[in-house]
Amino acid sequence: MTDTSTDTAALATLPGPGVRRRPATGAWALWIGRRLLLALLTLWLCSLVVFLATSALGDPVRAVLGKDYGTSPERVAALREQLHLDDPVLTRYFSWLGHLITGDPGVSVASGLPVGELIGPRVANSAVLVVVAALVMIPVAIGIAMLSAHYRGRRADGIIQVVLLTLAGLPEFVIGILLVAVFSTTVLHVLPAVTIAGGGAPPWSTPVSMILPVVTLVVAVAPYVSRIVRSSLLEVLDSDYVELARLKGVPESIVMRRHALRNAIVPGVQVIALQFAWLAGGIVIVEYLFSYPGVGASLVDSVRNSDFPMVQALAMVLAAVYVAVNLVADVVSILLTPRARTAIAS
Amino acid sequence: MPATAAEGAPSDDQHGPDRPGSHGAGTGARVTDLRVALTGSGIDVVDDIDLVLEPGEIVGLVGESGSGKTTVGTALLAYSRAGARITQGAVDIDGHDLLRLDLGAVRAMRGRRVAYVPQDPGAALNPAIRIGRQMVELLELAKEGSAADRLARARAGLAEVGLPGDEEFLARYPHQLSGGQVQRVALAMAFLPRPKVLVLDEPTTGLDVTTQNLVLRTVKDLCAAHDVAALYVTHDLAVVANLADRVAVMYAGRIAEIGPREEIFARPAHPYTRALLDAIPHLSSARALAGIPGSTPGPGRRPQGCRFHDRCAYATDECARVDPPPETVGPAHVVRCLHHAELPPWSIDTGDIADTAPSAQRDVVLRVEHLDVFYGRTQVVFDVNVDLARAEVLAFVGESGSGKTTTARAIGGLSRQWTGRVELGGHELARGARGRSAADRKRIQYIFQNPYLSLNPRLTIEQIVTRPMELFGIAKGKAATDRAVELLDAVALGPTVLTYRTNRLSGGERQRVAIARALAAEPDVLVCDEITSALDVSVQGSIVALLDRLKRERGISMLFVTHNLALVRSIADRVQVLQRGRVVEQGFVVEVMENPQEDYTKTLLANTPTLR
Amino acid sequence: MTALLPYLRSRRFVVGLVVTLAVALLAVTGPSFAPHGQNDIVGRPFTTDGAFGTDYLGQDVLSRVLAGGRSILLVSLLATILGMVLGVLIGVVAAYAGGWIDEALMRLNDVVLAFPQILLALLVLTAISEPAWWVIVLLVGFSHAPRVARVARGVALGIVPRDFVTAAEALGESRARVLLAEVLPNMTAPLLAEAGLRLTYSIGMVAGIGFLGFATNPGAADWGQMINENRLALLVQPWAVVLPVLVIGVFTIGTNLLADGVAQVAGKGGQ
Repeated sequence: MTDTSTDTAALATLPGPGVRRRPATGAWALWIGRRLLLALLTLWLCSLVVFLATSALGDPVRAVLGKDYGTSPERVAALREQLHLDDPVLTRYFSWLGHLITGDPGVSVASGLPVGELIGPRVANSAVLVVVAALVMIPVAIGIAMLSAHYRGRRADGIIQVVLLTLAGLPEFVIGILLVAVFSTTVLHVLPAVTIAGGGAPPWSTPVSMILPVVTLVVAVAPYVSRIVRSSLLEVLDSDYVELARLKGVPESIVMRRHALRNAIVPGVQVIALQFAWLAGGIVIVEYLFSYPGVGASLVDSVRNSDFPMVQALAMVLAAVYVAVNLVADVVSILLTPRARTAIAS
Repeated sequence: MPATAAEGAPSDDQHGPDRPGSHGAGTGARVTDLRVALTGSGIDVVDDIDLVLEPGEIVGLVGESGSGKTTVGTALLAYSRAGARITQGAVDIDGHDLLRLDLGAVRAMRGRRVAYVPQDPGAALNPAIRIGRQMVELLELAKEGSAADRLARARAGLAEVGLPGDEEFLARYPHQLSGGQVQRVALAMAFLPRPKVLVLDEPTTGLDVTTQNLVLRTVKDLCAAHDVAALYVTHDLAVVANLADRVAVMYAGRIAEIGPREEIFARPAHPYTRALLDAIPHLSSARALAGIPGSTPGPGRRPQGCRFHDRCAYATDECARVDPPPETVGPAHVVRCLHHAELPPWSIDTGDIADTAPSAQRDVVLRVEHLDVFYGRTQVVFDVNVDLARAEVLAFVGESGSGKTTTARAIGGLSRQWTGRVELGGHELARGARGRSAADRKRIQYIFQNPYLSLNPRLTIEQIVTRPMELFGIAKGKAATDRAVELLDAVALGPTVLTYRTNRLSGGERQRVAIARALAAEPDVLVCDEITSALDVSVQGSIVALLDRLKRERGISMLFVTHNLALVRSIADRVQVLQRGRVVEQGFVVEVMENPQEDYTKTLLANTPTLR
Repeated sequence: MTALLPYLRSRRFVVGLVVTLAVALLAVTGPSFAPHGQNDIVGRPFTTDGAFGTDYLGQDVLSRVLAGGRSILLVSLLATILGMVLGVLIGVVAAYAGGWIDEALMRLNDVVLAFPQILLALLVLTAISEPAWWVIVLLVGFSHAPRVARVARGVALGIVPRDFVTAAEALGESRARVLLAEVLPNMTAPLLAEAGLRLTYSIGMVAGIGFLGFATNPGAADWGQMINENRLALLVQPWAVVLPVLVIGVFTIGTNLLADGVAQVAGKGGQ
């Protein structure tokens, strides 16, 4: 690879432990700053996509009013006024963006209430659903992956893989409806089929009603995660350093823990980040199915009512979550990978 | 470090499996009747292996790819890779047969009694654990000494292999070390628990000669100092010639010949050993290299009778039927050949030829002036000047990072980030291939190092070889196919391969196809970028012979990029030695090799392993 | 023919192929042996008359399931093809061009990736109240493209630096020929696997859009839409919901097995 002369060169360029601290913090700040900027840029482009897709593709007033569009010109005029439709698209976009940044996403067309007020509790409800689902899903998925990797190539692994593969292809609503049919309506009657939270109480005040939505999300997402974690585990178990650890006489449990898992966890973090994005998509269907009062159900309603300000705000929330989770996952993976870590620090 | 050795020895005994041993300490290792087979099919990977390693002795286990040498190496640790299983035999170390012990007991032996040094330590050291922690891991698991003791031993171990043992070094991750450093860390790590037996699996693969030499010296010193019985697995006979006490030559899963080093190199008794030696270039004189026809058969494709008979020049009908038994032909010299007694006499000088005489009459085809090459903003090649005459082979030789391939790529039009002047037949060439005219592109053809990457696996050989003819308007359709057959014949491949895709060809055959593709353009200059370094020596021998014939018969000029100085002597007329992007010495091969002027050239020559 | 052999040896591939073809056959030929027309009122709503009862309007559930597969099959297939073509184009060009073109394409890709696929479709459906079927094809196809592009780029990055590509460039082959003759043919196996996966997701998404009530053709039989129409009556007439759910489920299981079978073979190097 390198001749001895570069050995000494490498020695010279690498700072000693004492001097390593200070320049590294600067490099890190720079790196994180760049990442943040990139995330903001992505979000800004997202806002363009959201605005253009909802406002520029059709006549919003026609969509909002539907059949009334032709019959009541005064309502058309009023709505055009309310949505500032006579302004050029760019002006509307920047005024919308400006309000969004200052925390004012506008007024719902359907209800006339401020969008911020409407979606606040919904975001909280969805966050609870997603976090609970993730907390159940991650250990289950990783556990299955480890079990499968342990029995690699044997019957147990084969069975697990076939089951996972079968589940992985199923759309969320298929899983959800089958679960409802089995546990709520047709076969058994043990769990509520819809989320009923009376009088603005949060859905988790009746935990039993959260069971099916959570299980649906977990069943929809865990197989995929499990399969990816398994294959990255196997890749690590096949690596030269795991072989060397075995040839050194390191006991298998320590090989697994210290040598394999530590290196398999990085792709794991990436997968989990990806899953948050999936869950964000999954809640649209699942919340609608279970009438769960969250972002997803709200989004479907707003789309049906062509409630532009609501749809735009909800879409931005979902995109922001994705961008933020990815940012965190990137930082965590880098912290867990010595090679990447030292590359930034130097 | 005798102090640490004394300290390590007694503690060792507490951790071996408790079984009354019939041998005393320090008996080395004895492998008896070992067989490793593929799981499922039961086809043997290696078979009938008997091998003894005496304490303080290094045995070189030499073989080409597919011979099973690594399988034998790891079997000494009672380990086989996924897909294979040790099915028979005994591995006795320290009075225990590792193959009869349970896994826990085997684990207690591994690392402590029998240690392993991996082929590619860059991949074999855990990227997520600091060097210091990895080194003491085994001592820690065995709870040997205090943390401070263990650290002290790690430092001492690093000092033994010539590395600094300071905090800063111990806190590094493997990726922060150079290739040579990583390999020495792996060596120090293997020696730390004071094993009795050591298996080294091609530990210098990919290292430059200077670093390789350093690692080899370290191996030799450590084995002698600690009275370790070592098995050195390698494909490189020249390395073994300078290192091993005894040599075992493996072919197709069997040990074909084993004996003291002097015996093997002076009086090889197996036709395979002889053929291998005939294929190896020497530093001290040019040789007409000869390859071995065909390729080493993998498990399941090995012939009946003597496994070498289908490639052997001395084979008779009997060889195809009778599996030759091991026969002793000299002191500790055993060979498996039915006809070993009838073989003609052999000398290591066979094939020596005269070097190209320095001559003034040269018809220059390619001229390069003031070539500077850049990677992004960094300059990597500085002011290289080249002139290449008709029917001449000019070697670019240097270690990794010397800029030899970079220079060749610039000349071949594969990179555009360079300045200077490249003239072909008095006509200046544009920088990148896309800027050059079809006529210019046709005249310089580039052959790549790795034939597994340089041929499109989706195309048939016919499509690959005829494409340049279509592109340059040389021939089309039936005529092109006919020419392809001729070219394949010229590179010693039959017309049957026309319809094959590359996956049916061996590495050597693929490289021949790559050469045929280059010839299809009817070039004046071939740029050969390390084209034999991915191949076995026996295949290298035949490729070199082929190039030599092309040079003589077709008057083609060649730029031959290589890291192997011995090979330069046999193939090149002139040589340029590169170091860090600059030509440090150049001239006719015989002059540079016999009378090097620069220290760098002298160091390279001194460090290059060679038989003679 | 010999290229198919390794696939036929993969049990997953064969099972997936059989299941997928069976459901596809049902969808295509179903209407011709349906006992009733898809909009015939055969009785009162939610009865158990006939094999699987009636739906919310009193239409025969079996007949509607037999009639309701064509649109999903067609829309999913076209959307998958659109998504694959677009995505492969973006991914391969990014990988081959490298540099700032790659950087810019992947940044833009990341922007679209920030939206869950279903959300992308819903965004546009906000403005279009009664979408035509081809709008769904465009929406689903476009939402696949960045995901396919990422995979295609990854695969292409493994091919582009290989020496046979460099060799073709040194010979002076045109960029288009290098891409079409050297790079793309070496990507077929992983891309086929991706196409299978995308088909699975297309079916889920197209049916999901129907399930959410954004019908392209209200009144017509459509598996996703049927679930939406009848789902409140799950307690009284489960078949009206469960039957289309099962058909969709079996279909996606089939395509997913198919995709995995291809991936398995591709992983073994049988390109």
